[in-house]
Amino acid sequence: MYSKILALRFPKKMVNEPIAATLVKKFDLSFNILKAVIYPRKEGLMVLELSGHRKNFLEGLRYLKKIGVLVEDISHDIKRDDEKCFQCGACTAVCPTGALYIKRPEMEVIFDKDRCSACELCVLACPAWAMQVKFDRSILY
Amino acid sequence: MAKKKIRKTIEDINRKIKLGKVVVATADEMVDIVKKLGPEKAAREIDVVTTGTFSPMCSSGAFINFGHTQPAIKASRVWLNGVPAYAGLAAVDIYIGATEPSEDDPLNRVHPGQFKYGGGHVIHDLVAGRKIDVRAISYGTDCYPNREAKKRISIADVPYAMLLNPRNCYQNYNCAINLSNKTIYTYMGVLKPNAGNANYATSGQLSPLFNDPYYLTMGLGTRIFVGGAKGYIIGPGTQHNPFAERGKNGVPLTSAGTLMVMGNLKEMDPKWIVGASMLGYGCSLAMGIGVPIPILNEDMARYAGVSDEEIFTQIIDYGKDYPKGEAKSLGQVSYADLKGGTVRFKGQDIPTVPISSYFRAVEIAHILKDWIEKGDFLLTNPQELLPTVPLFG
Ligand code: SF4
Ligand code: SF4
Repeated sequence: MYSKILALRFPKKMVNEPIAATLVKKFDLSFNILKAVIYPRKEGLMVLELSGHRKNFLEGLRYLKKIGVLVEDISHDIKRDDEKCFQCGACTAVCPTGALYIKRPEMEVIFDKDRCSACELCVLACPAWAMQVKFDRSILY
Repeated sequence: MAKKKIRKTIEDINRKIKLGKVVVATADEMVDIVKKLGPEKAAREIDVVTTGTFSPMCSSGAFINFGHTQPAIKASRVWLNGVPAYAGLAAVDIYIGATEPSEDDPLNRVHPGQFKYGGGHVIHDLVAGRKIDVRAISYGTDCYPNREAKKRISIADVPYAMLLNPRNCYQNYNCAINLSNKTIYTYMGVLKPNAGNANYATSGQLSPLFNDPYYLTMGLGTRIFVGGAKGYIIGPGTQHNPFAERGKNGVPLTSAGTLMVMGNLKEMDPKWIVGASMLGYGCSLAMGIGVPIPILNEDMARYAGVSDEEIFTQIIDYGKDYPKGEAKSLGQVSYADLKGGTVRFKGQDIPTVPISSYFRAVEIAHILKDWIEKGDFLLTNPQELLPTVPLFG
C-alpha cells in the first residue's frame, strides 16, 4: 500500500475533466479530496490523498502528467509498523541517515523518526514491509 | 573422552521439571555462568540451556489437506491466494513452499523485484487466522469428477496443516560482502558496492546448533519451539554437513549442521512465523525456532557456554565469487565483532548488518525457559541422533 498527499494543478480547459474518477477506474487507486478550488483565472487546484499499489500509483502519476496536470508531492513521511517489524536489522544496510540503527548490546532495531529523511530506501529493503510511506496531515492546516 | 563427573539423563531432568525444581538458563546467560563456575559446577547447577533463532528460513513449507469438495476433486494443480502449491499428492493434499511467488508476480523483470506475496505469506496469513482462496483444477476421474473447485479456507476449517521445513537453523553461515562496484540484492539482504556493508545471519551464542556443536543431544524426536508452538526435530536438514572444518572448541567455522523440523500450524503464533520478501531475491518465511539443550554432563555445559568471541565465520564475496560458484574465504570474523557493529576488512572498518533477529532470538530463549520452568514443556530423548563426526580430544 502506497499513499501520498498530492497537489494537482491543472489549466482551465481541464477543470471539467473527471480526473479523480479516471484514477479510480483505470488505475484502481483510491482517493480522498482534501481541498479543491477553482481560481478566478479558471485554474484548478486539488489536494488529494491518493493510495493504492505502488505500481498503480506510479502509472496513475504518469497518466496525470501526460494529460498536462502539474503534480506536486506535498509531504510524506515514513512510519514503522511495529507489529510488522520483526527486529532483524536488514534495513540498517540501506538507511543513509542512521535513522534506523541497532541499539547495543540488546540488538534492538530502533527507528528514530527525527533523523529520517524520508528517502524511502528502507521501504523495499525491509523483508516484513514494516516501513511505510505515509503523508503528513499537519501541512493542511 | 575422559569419564564424566556429572551424569544426568533426560528422565532425571524431566523429573525435576515435574517437581518444579529444574534450573534453566538461556544460552547467553550460560556464557557467564560457565565463565564464573567452570563447566563442572555449571553442569551441577544448570539442567537445561535454552537457545533461539529468528531468521528468514527459505527451506520451509507446509503440508495442507484442504478438505474434500462437492463434487469431489483430485486436484492436479492448486493455488492458494494465487500462489501455486505442489499438488502431486493425494486428492486434496498439497505442499505450499515458502519461496513460491504468486503466479502473476513480475519477479525480477524490473530489477530488483519486490516479491510482495508468496508461499511464506500464505502460511503467515493462515496462522494469523485469515481466510485463504483455494483454487484447484483437475482432469476428472470416475471417483473424482470435478475439474475445477474454488473455496475459501481458514486454518480452523482445514482438516490438517503441518509445517514441515526441510532445512532450518543453519549451524553457521557466511558473512556476505560485495566487492563489485554496484549494489546487489541477495538472500543475505542488500549489499552495497565496494564492501559497503557486511551482512550476517545467525544469532551466534544463542543459536541452537552452536550450543551443541556435535549434535550430541539432538535428533529425530527432539521437542523444540517452532513458530510459537511445540514442534519436533525430525532429522538432519538438507545440506546437513557435519564434516565442515571446526575450531578447537568443536564449533564449525563455516556452514555445517542443519535441522529438518515440523510443527502443527494450527498451534502456531503469527508473531513467530512471518512471510518475508527479500528485495531482488524472492519470497521467504521468517521463522522462530528454539531448541532446549539438556546439560547432561560437564561437556555439554562447556559447549553450551560458548560465547560470541569463540564463534567464527568466513567473509565471502557475493559480488563476484559466490555467483560464479567460487566462494572462498576472504577472512575470518567472530560473532562478537559482527554484533559489535563493524568488522575489519583490508584495513577498512565495514558496518555489519544482521538479517537474523538477535532481539527476537533472546525472546524465544526466554519463552522456552519459561515453559520448562512452569512444567509445560518436557524434554524428549531423540530416537536417532543427527549424523556427526568423531569428537576432538
Ligand atoms: S528490516 Fe524491517 S523488519 Fe527488519 S528491523 Fe528493519 S524495519 Fe524491522
Ligand atoms: S526513509 Fe530513508 S532515512 Fe528514513 S528510515 Fe528509511 S532509509 Fe532511513
